[in-house]
Amino acid sequence: MRRKFIEFRNVSFRYGDEEPWVLKNCSFEIYENEWIAVIGHNGSGKSTIAKLMNGLLFPQEGEIIINGQKVNEETIWDIRKDVGMVFQNPDNQFVGTTVQDDVAFGMENRGFPREEMVQRIEQNLTAVGMQDYRLTEPHRLSGGQKQRVAIASVLAISPQVLILDEATAMLDPKGRMEIMRTVSKVQEEHQISLITITHDLQEVVQAERVLVMNKGEIWDEATPREIFAKKDALREIGLDVPFVATLTDELKQAGISITNEPLNQEELLEDLWTLHSRT
Amino acid sequence: MDITFKNVSYIYQRNTPFAHKAIEDLSFHIPSGSFVAIIGHTGSGKSTLIQHLNGLVSPSSGEVTIGEYRLTDEEKPKRMKELRSRVGVVFQYPEHQLFEETVEKDIAFGPQNFDIPKADINKRIKEVVPKVGLQEELLKRSPFELSGGQMRRVAIAGVLAIKPDVLVLDEPTAGLDPRGQKEMMDMFYTMHKEEGLTTVLVTHSMEDAVKYADHVIILNNGTKYMEGKPEDVLTQQEALNKVQLDVPEAVQFLQSFEKRFGVTIPFTRQSTKEIAQSIQRYIKEAGSRE
Repeated sequence: MRRKFIEFRNVSFRYGDEEPWVLKNCSFEIYENEWIAVIGHNGSGKSTIAKLMNGLLFPQEGEIIINGQKVNEETIWDIRKDVGMVFQNPDNQFVGTTVQDDVAFGMENRGFPREEMVQRIEQNLTAVGMQDYRLTEPHRLSGGQKQRVAIASVLAISPQVLILDEATAMLDPKGRMEIMRTVSKVQEEHQISLITITHDLQEVVQAERVLVMNKGEIWDEATPREIFAKKDALREIGLDVPFVATLTDELKQAGISITNEPLNQEELLEDLWTLHSRT
Repeated sequence: MDITFKNVSYIYQRNTPFAHKAIEDLSFHIPSGSFVAIIGHTGSGKSTLIQHLNGLVSPSSGEVTIGEYRLTDEEKPKRMKELRSRVGVVFQYPEHQLFEETVEKDIAFGPQNFDIPKADINKRIKEVVPKVGLQEELLKRSPFELSGGQMRRVAIAGVLAIKPDVLVLDEPTAGLDPRGQKEMMDMFYTMHKEEGLTTVLVTHSMEDAVKYADHVIILNNGTKYMEGKPEDVLTQQEALNKVQLDVPEAVQFLQSFEKRFGVTIPFTRQSTKEIAQSIQRYIKEAGSRE
């Protein structure tokens, strides 16, 4: 059994006493070394969840336990060592004047010895494929490259959890691919939990588990396959389903009996092939 | 309005050590009333291209004509302001450009700059607000109290209130959730049809290009890489892969289907339902042959 790493217990949050609740009584768990995707319409509470996880916000009701510690004013400095976050806009999170300065920034704040910093800069820039850009100025990088540096900066402080809050939303398809490739490699090598908050269906399909948010509540929590089987309901709450799921639905309506819920084109073709050779 | 690029090049910071060629020898023609998708990676020259369309930049060499307006290195149209009143540009994240106290004032700002009489502006506001899917009650509110999606609609309403003939959209759905994206694209498409606009859409989404555009131009490194009908261009997997783009998912599937079953179902921008029906027919026929 995997160890629980993050736990939300009946968490509710709103931005002010008069404001509507952004999160309503949310409870869920995230395990060590797990990849979980969080989806939901704009304003469903996805990003609030991320901000609660590293103490950028505190809930009015309920509690959040991370790595055995309750998140509060006293524990946030410890917790932030464990929870790294990469945000949406690549231009808003660059602090250094060169790539290596940027990676060093987080470590400097935590008083890492110089030797250790040098080694970690090298190691983490290599992990994201940016080792040749150590001395490059940020404005010379593409959006995808900037986000990879942001990931390296976060990884340099060895977090246990990496949260990507729509970190690919502003990138072009090539940038997105770079990030997803980097992230899945990092997750494998570092054995960390990965939380991707996203609208991108390809990112969702790659996750082990999906948390679906709707109007501040947890609408569902299941594997991508189980989630995408609920196509009509997903569409009703403003979400999209992958092409393969839509096609599978249409095939069923046309009278082809596909029993599994294929997640990708290969699986669907395999099902069709089986049917085809049986007839 | 017809849009024509003839051997257009554009160099940023010309005659300095930082000179950088963003567009090189680019030629194409967009007939009035088309819906064109411009696709290419960051740095491929898309943004530079659209800045030519309302004269924010003029070509370093070559010639751009938009309707009766002509832009070259030597010659800027004398009626630049008039050109800008006929080509509306919705930039990326247009909600960042909102600044007025109320939604109403913000929408009015564009037409005011083009000296439209106040009574006309009020009439136009009444027209565009429902078109972009906003409620009239919001007019007196501050745009900064609205949600991101609503703010973007306000910014778009401001461009539409100018009543342009050409609408240029630079990734208009970036950052919206799936439903928001679809609603916004459907809205642009309806307006395109109803008002006979010429629409230029800059996008990364092959799915949107296939669904809405009748012509696509693919840019790579500042030059035209491919051009044509979506069903002809966006089915060329190998060529697109070379510039790190991919075909739409439906095309990808039909190609894999062909490999596996040895049967070609041609891509004609048909719906997913129609693809399913073609597959069903094939499987049924294969069954009855045995």
